[in-house]
Amino acid sequence: MKLAKILLVALSVVGAFSNPAAAQIKIGVAEALTGNAAQYGVPIRKGFELALGEINGSGGINGKKIELVIEDEQGKKEEAINVFKKLIFQDKVLMLFGPTLSNSAQASDPVAQGAKVVVFGTSNTADGITSIGNYVFRNSVTEADILPVTLKVAAQKTGLKKVAVLYGNDDIFTKSGYDNFKKALDTLKIPVTTTETFAKGDVDFKPQLTKIKSSNPDAIVMSALVAEGAPAMVQARQLGITLPFIGGNGMNSPKVFDLAKDNSDNLWVGSPWSSENPVEENKRFIAAFQKAHGALPDQFAAQAYDAMYIVAQALKKVKLTGKLEADRTALRNALPAVQINGATGAFKFRQVQDKDGKPAGYDAVQTAIVMVTKGNQYVIQK
Amino acid sequence: MLAQQLVNAISLGGVYALFALGFTLIFGVLNVVNLAHGAMFMLGAYTALQAVLLFKLPLVLAVGAAIVVTAAAGWLLDRLIFAPLRARQAPHLAPMIATIGLAISLNSTIQGIFGAENLRFPPHGLAAEGLQLAGVQITWLELQIIFLAFLLMAVLLWWLMRTRMGCALRALAESRKAAALLGIDVEGLFRMTSVVAAALGGVAGVLIALYTNAVFPQMGQPMLHKGIAVVILGGMGDIRGALLGGFFLGCAEVFSIAYIGSSMRDAVAFGLLFAILLLRPQGLFGKAAQRRA
Repeated sequence: MKLAKILLVALSVVGAFSNPAAAQIKIGVAEALTGNAAQYGVPIRKGFELALGEINGSGGINGKKIELVIEDEQGKKEEAINVFKKLIFQDKVLMLFGPTLSNSAQASDPVAQGAKVVVFGTSNTADGITSIGNYVFRNSVTEADILPVTLKVAAQKTGLKKVAVLYGNDDIFTKSGYDNFKKALDTLKIPVTTTETFAKGDVDFKPQLTKIKSSNPDAIVMSALVAEGAPAMVQARQLGITLPFIGGNGMNSPKVFDLAKDNSDNLWVGSPWSSENPVEENKRFIAAFQKAHGALPDQFAAQAYDAMYIVAQALKKVKLTGKLEADRTALRNALPAVQINGATGAFKFRQVQDKDGKPAGYDAVQTAIVMVTKGNQYVIQK
Repeated sequence: MLAQQLVNAISLGGVYALFALGFTLIFGVLNVVNLAHGAMFMLGAYTALQAVLLFKLPLVLAVGAAIVVTAAAGWLLDRLIFAPLRARQAPHLAPMIATIGLAISLNSTIQGIFGAENLRFPPHGLAAEGLQLAGVQITWLELQIIFLAFLLMAVLLWWLMRTRMGCALRALAESRKAAALLGIDVEGLFRMTSVVAAALGGVAGVLIALYTNAVFPQMGQPMLHKGIAVVILGGMGDIRGALLGGFFLGCAEVFSIAYIGSSMRDAVAFGLLFAILLLRPQGLFGKAAQRRA
């Protein structure tokens, strides 16, 4: 008990000394910086820091600088909850970015919602995250939004009338991609000639492809990860199938140019961000990122970069009083109205409903960029 | 479609047979279910891939490199794992469990060095070009896999049936004690069998990696499951059985996709396998509880 008191005093002393920092705006970042999900979390952090440098460099928010408190949630649910609690109750941040994975968000976002602190995901794409509550925001576009656009554009450009479907049926991600494709095909009234499946780790797709070929489709809709999707494309070309492939987010990876080398043409994918998107904000982002890190950014860095600007714009409209709870709520109320043109294009929020149909958090409204592969490059289709 | 599916089935069958040959050889002679055979297969593929990417070797030499490395691994496998267990007269399951451990270590090592993601060989004419006959496509590589499966089977059979060493091997498979009494170098033969089987696995790894365009640390795992099924179907330890079993599984898979549905593939293929084993528990070529190899 005594120790706790001493600690408390010590903490308040530290707090007193860091008081000059009251002129700063503290924002928590909880991303997976180690472990498997670090491949997403690390670029996300770089995106935040790049935008932060630019915003603070040009005067900050109404004279105040933004300060990031960065924590590693390791891509684990339990760790995300711990880190959220630390940032909210101990560091007393104004709001939170993160976590990296949808799985973790399902577990940790309710903590932020309960404490009435804005939690802003830049990479959570699963259904149901923003229906947790009205303090939950994200600017990551979901597959449910992207796949119908990909299909529509591909249908317009190639004039396809009927398609065959190939998907991995033992993987949550590719299976849910298939469900979204199927919904979109129904809406667009595109008939399916045959639906074929494969399993994770399969390496031979020729029987399925032969069957698809004989069903005479105009294109092959494929929900697969690049590890299976790329070899399937190569084998299709070996069988003399020259049809376009239409893929989900799993196929939206430059790895396809390596794994399906010389056979990677005519693959249609949709993405919230493209390195080839020629809008001014994107060019500036890519140049700045390259200068800072000596490498090309990816989709995750781009979405994090935009998220920081979205929050900055909301903050400019908020009169910060120094009373944490009031400020947290004021920020929450200012966010939904934000509209920006960022590296990922024009952006605004759309409110979603929770399970009982009550208004809850906010999803992204953004047009997917549809691209087709040609000569080992993505070419944007308008 | 039928003709093309037949070609697909035979190519896939060739792939399975090629993998099963080394697996069945080890079982026939050493009486060990070598669950590290999938890892040898993977090791062969990675060796050849590095030979092509790093040392810019032509494919033939890369296959040679894969043979050397996997043969060495086979030698070590026998020297460090099988031989000590034999010397201690360990029960049947001990070497099998040991090979699981070896497979996990090899997979993790390769994953640590090269990462978990898929790699591939640079595009090669062998895999891209081929014959076209009446709408049926077959690549040179597929032809080569099928041809090699038959050739290796013939060579193995000739070796076992017609050479002195094969004779010794068969004696060994019959009774280790009797073979030792006859003055056969039992340990040497065991070691050589392990070397040959591992090298066979390595060659299969390279060809199948070329065929499927996929090199990844876990590539041996699905192949191992199919390989066990093939070997059991053909009759444990029988060389001809491995080939026939491979073609049977290939056909069962391809035709269940073609005529029943791809999501039913494994159910149909393994259901058929089960039915055959009910009728012939010893497998196609097995002679119930008799000599092997």
